[in-house]
Amino acid sequence: MPLLEMTNIHGGYGGANILNGVSIAIEADQIGVIVGPNGAGKSTTLKALFGLLKVGEGSVVFDGRPVTNMAPEKLVLEGLSYVPQEFNVFPTMSVEENLEMGAYVRRDSFRHLIDQVYGFFPPLKDKRRQPAGELSGGQRQMVAIGRALMTEPRLLLLDEPTAGLSPRYMGEIFDRIVAINKAGVGILMVEQNARQALALAHRGFVLAGGKNRFTGTGADLLADPEVAKSFLGGGADHA
Amino acid sequence: MPTIIDVKAVSKRFGNVLAVDHCSLSVEKGTITGLIGPNGAGKTTLFNMVAGAFPPSSGRILLDGEDVTGLKAHELFGRGLLRTFQIAQDFSNMTAIENLMMVPAGQTGESLFSACFRRGAVMAQEAEVRRRAEEVIDVIRLGHVKNERAGNLSGGQKKLLELGRVMMAKPRVVLLDEIAAGVNRTLLNDLAAVVQRLNREEGLTFFVIEHDMDLIARLCDPVIVMAAGSVMMQGPMAQIRNDPEVIEAYFGGSPAAEAS
Repeated sequence: MPLLEMTNIHGGYGGANILNGVSIAIEADQIGVIVGPNGAGKSTTLKALFGLLKVGEGSVVFDGRPVTNMAPEKLVLEGLSYVPQEFNVFPTMSVEENLEMGAYVRRDSFRHLIDQVYGFFPPLKDKRRQPAGELSGGQRQMVAIGRALMTEPRLLLLDEPTAGLSPRYMGEIFDRIVAINKAGVGILMVEQNARQALALAHRGFVLAGGKNRFTGTGADLLADPEVAKSFLGGGADHA
Repeated sequence: MPTIIDVKAVSKRFGNVLAVDHCSLSVEKGTITGLIGPNGAGKTTLFNMVAGAFPPSSGRILLDGEDVTGLKAHELFGRGLLRTFQIAQDFSNMTAIENLMMVPAGQTGESLFSACFRRGAVMAQEAEVRRRAEEVIDVIRLGHVKNERAGNLSGGQKKLLELGRVMMAKPRVVLLDEIAAGVNRTLLNDLAAVVQRLNREEGLTFFVIEHDMDLIARLCDPVIVMAAGSVMMQGPMAQIRNDPEVIEAYFGGSPAAEAS
């Protein structure tokens, strides 16, 4: 049984739909990657999954339980965690305070989780007393991901974790995401850097015009020249 | 075809990020020229400089052969260059048709002296502006909502209204910023048709940033592709779509320079 199964999702903001039938399924412990041209509905898919956008049609099942249109704070308790693309740290709070904020749902001790985050992101340990807003873009992204790990999610949702980062930091963030996944956390991420992201994907989803255009393993999608071409439009049902 | 916008070796640096890097391109008179490129390619920064939002760090920008580097948006407006759509702006408490009538500069009625002592001239001009506005509202296909408050129009209709305001201003070149964003298919077809008509019938030149590749393919020729701050290639969309370097720029992503 898949850990996450989104089936034929339709939804949008107000008038026109942005999602016109998106389906995403990944197993526990997998990395799923959503790519596609601008306006394809990638980030919107994550928002629909995380209860930030009303799903008008279709269903979301997480670990066998229906969670369609469940509120984000309830989804966190179900085992989902979400890192938005922007404004994802508290800039005036220290690194460690940011991580503590992530643990707001916990009643028990969470010191071991902070240590675990420092294990994934060693540079954060040295900067734990520094305001998150003073860090580089790459390190801020580490804080944001670390904060999301504090709820011990089974599925981590990442919206363009490498956006705006230098190639060096991009590689580092991708390495850390793989390490987090190897530690048993499922990942579903939207990425702009399609080639690099699909290279680590167990499952890849290429969206266009609010629906699936290509679906397969990351390797399959990389091997198909039509996939790369689709980023420049011109698809049969994308007129 | 003569060049109307000529960008010569323009660079723009923000802190330690070189957003535009010795970029040279030109827009020919009478064309609808598209500007595309992966995120972070520098398109919007380039657009901002051409539109006078901020000056380049180096390089020159010519409009119709005259150096306009560093001129402000309102100065460029006076020279016939107008940018629209970054946000569809309107006077939301006025009707659609009144929004159109607000546009033309230098109306006689706008000075107190004229309003008091030259009523005939003011009224004649007012009538002419209204006649033109009535004409324009039909071209932009908003005749059925002309007496509706602009604030009540849909996002797509506001963009049509904005195009109408462009028509009232009678510029020579228009920079269009993301015409398709947040617009439904039907209205998008209307918008595209209006742009094509303005280009064909009134000889307006358009320079267009757009993420909707199919709209670009339908509307623009030539299309200029930017990547990493400068021009990667230029040509018809059909050729660009099959260019391996362009495909890779989109697919492989275009890592931005070191972010702060």
